[in-house]
Amino acid sequence: MAKMTMVQALNMALRQEMEKDDRVVVLGEDVGVDGGVFRITDGLIDQFGDNRSLDTPLAESAIVGMSIGMAIYGLRPVCEIQFSGFSYHNFHQIENHASRYRWRSQGRYHVPMVLRAPYSGGVRALEHHSESREIYYAHTPGIKMVIPSGPRNARSLLISAIRDPDPVIFFESKALYRAFREEVPENEETLPIGKSQVVRQGSDLTMISYGAMMRPTLEAASELEENDGVQAEVIDLLTISPLDDETFVRSVKKTGRAIIVHEAPRSFGPGAEIAARLVEKAFFYLEAPISRVAGFDIIIPLFSREKSYIPNTQRIVREAKKILNSA
Amino acid sequence: MPRKQLNIPCKMEHLSILNEAGEVDNDLEPDIPEDLLLKLYRAMLLGRRFDERMLSLQRQGRIGTFAPTSGQEASQVGSAAVLRPTDWMVPSFREAAAQIWRGAPMENIILYFGGYNEGGRIEDNSKDLPISVPVASQILHAVGLGWAVNYRKTDEVVMTFFGDGATSEGDFHEGMNFAGVYQTPVIFLCQNNHWAISVPRSKQTRSETLAQKALGYGIPGIQVDGNDILAVYAAAKEAVDRARSGGGPTMIECVTYRITMHTTADDPKRYRTDEEVEGWKKKDPLVRFEKYLTDKGVAAKDTFQALETEVKEDIQTAVDRAEELMKKLDDPLHMFEHAYAELPPSLKEQRAELAEELKGMHKEK
Ligand SMILES: Cc1ncc(C[n+]2csc(CCOP(=O)(O)OP(=O)(O)O)c2C)c(N)n1
Ligand SMILES: [Mg+2]
Repeated sequence: MAKMTMVQALNMALRQEMEKDDRVVVLGEDVGVDGGVFRITDGLIDQFGDNRSLDTPLAESAIVGMSIGMAIYGLRPVCEIQFSGFSYHNFHQIENHASRYRWRSQGRYHVPMVLRAPYSGGVRALEHHSESREIYYAHTPGIKMVIPSGPRNARSLLISAIRDPDPVIFFESKALYRAFREEVPENEETLPIGKSQVVRQGSDLTMISYGAMMRPTLEAASELEENDGVQAEVIDLLTISPLDDETFVRSVKKTGRAIIVHEAPRSFGPGAEIAARLVEKAFFYLEAPISRVAGFDIIIPLFSREKSYIPNTQRIVREAKKILNSA
Repeated sequence: MPRKQLNIPCKMEHLSILNEAGEVDNDLEPDIPEDLLLKLYRAMLLGRRFDERMLSLQRQGRIGTFAPTSGQEASQVGSAAVLRPTDWMVPSFREAAAQIWRGAPMENIILYFGGYNEGGRIEDNSKDLPISVPVASQILHAVGLGWAVNYRKTDEVVMTFFGDGATSEGDFHEGMNFAGVYQTPVIFLCQNNHWAISVPRSKQTRSETLAQKALGYGIPGIQVDGNDILAVYAAAKEAVDRARSGGGPTMIECVTYRITMHTTADDPKRYRTDEEVEGWKKKDPLVRFEKYLTDKGVAAKDTFQALETEVKEDIQTAVDRAEELMKKLDDPLHMFEHAYAELPPSLKEQRAELAEELKGMHKEK
């Protein structure tokens, strides 16, 4: 097993799927010769040619609209939108078409495509390069919304996304791309889409997060244990939609306390849906109000202030203590 | 008869006045007063030196990602120069030279790329729009401004900047079409710098020129040597005069070259050759303008030297001011400013939460 960054692990997933299945084609702005601005598609053009690694003209709506056509034909397009902040140009194609062909054609057609895009802040980027707007997609019926939290699950989930019969939006945190390495087995590994994971066992409270926020969440859990002897259970959602509520409902029934962490703005964010499911399915087990640690409801500031915007370990610890101390 | 020739107007010109060797076409030479010629040169030089300084600030970690303008000074300054202060400029993200010409304080540009929203502030006496990062999106705002100009029956014009890559976006085509339909006084200033990050112009569109896209929308288009300040100026003036007198929109394609990286996060060696870049460096817009001014007797060596010193001092002053401002603007709570005309109650709560947290951190220290 090799130790890999998330960039390398995603690259490996694409490479292996392209080797196995000639229906898989990658396309997007700068994904060919340049290997993608984050190098996720590095070398694919050398191995598979420019017919399977397409440098497209600069038009997100066309990239996604064309992917839909390719997918209906029977290919497995994996398109890259350079930054999720530019995916609004193509939102129309996702909302009006990718999500609906199966339904509209009454099962005759389906759209097995993947839209990959970097999201999240923390890399000193320009405006539109730091937002977390997964909820737009999670809110769209007919679409699956996946966000990995590290190299190994990124690789497994991307393979599952490519093989999924329905359109999958796959957000990758820029802050995680090169943040750390993990052992990633050469042999194929997949993870089910629509299934979250308990990544830390505990009985005192449940922490629910995903993507870039898994690291501060896990750090907060360790800190709570070291300093206060608190045993936090931590859940990595991995898929935002369709939401696996079984895992976190079971956990909260055990702990009685829940804290949800995401970088996306708080209002109407994924935390709102999770809290609602908890109220619906675990209300009588709750021993404290459900807490959300999230981005503020403002546009993420330019980078000099982004650290104060993005939830951090201390913020999570403080909120956790509040709900632990409430009777 | 089922098949016949349609007589569709299909005129497309390329304009060049000052060639690579700095020789001028006397028949086409625009009549520009000497003091304006010097001002144009100074603005181009300032643009170049500012760019170099920004790159070094970025390397030192004092600012973040920056999109350089080097090589494109003639396209930017030559076109912006024909606007009046009362006109509108709608830039993309690579127009520092044009923005400075229009009066944007350099310290604001540094502040912006240094990660402070305050740098985006537009001066009260300016009607220019702030930087727009989503490629081509600003073009539509220019068309809206132009429509409003017609509605209010003023003689303002609007100039919007975008790149070769931008001509692939729907927003560009929709904007051109609307401008044609409504005959808005908008100049579509395309800086064809040959690259959209790693994608060459030839892979962006099959059409031979970008200017010819104008034909499809029934508006005039012209291609100019974008490294030739005189050609850019002449074409822009013609277009602006036409727009001001009710003649509607024009698209100008400035053929130029980005001689450095796309942004400081980019490595151009991955997709283009040194020879190509060297070839374009020989077409440097500053070098040929310098020769023109010298031949014309407008300026001599000492003028150029004095200007070098002057612009460097201006830039240093701006850097110092920007760094002072950065210190002053240290408080993260500024992030809640300008979110709405009035902060809604839930945001007041969130602001208070952050204030509390910052106070706590202060105590911990
Ligand atoms: C809608 C959108 N898609 C993608 C990007 C990322 N991006 C920034 S600049 C750029 C290339 C732009 O090329 P061009 O229009 O030629 O302008 P240039 O950068 O050469 O000035 C890309 C793809 C973006 N900013 N906006
Ligand atoms: Mg370009």
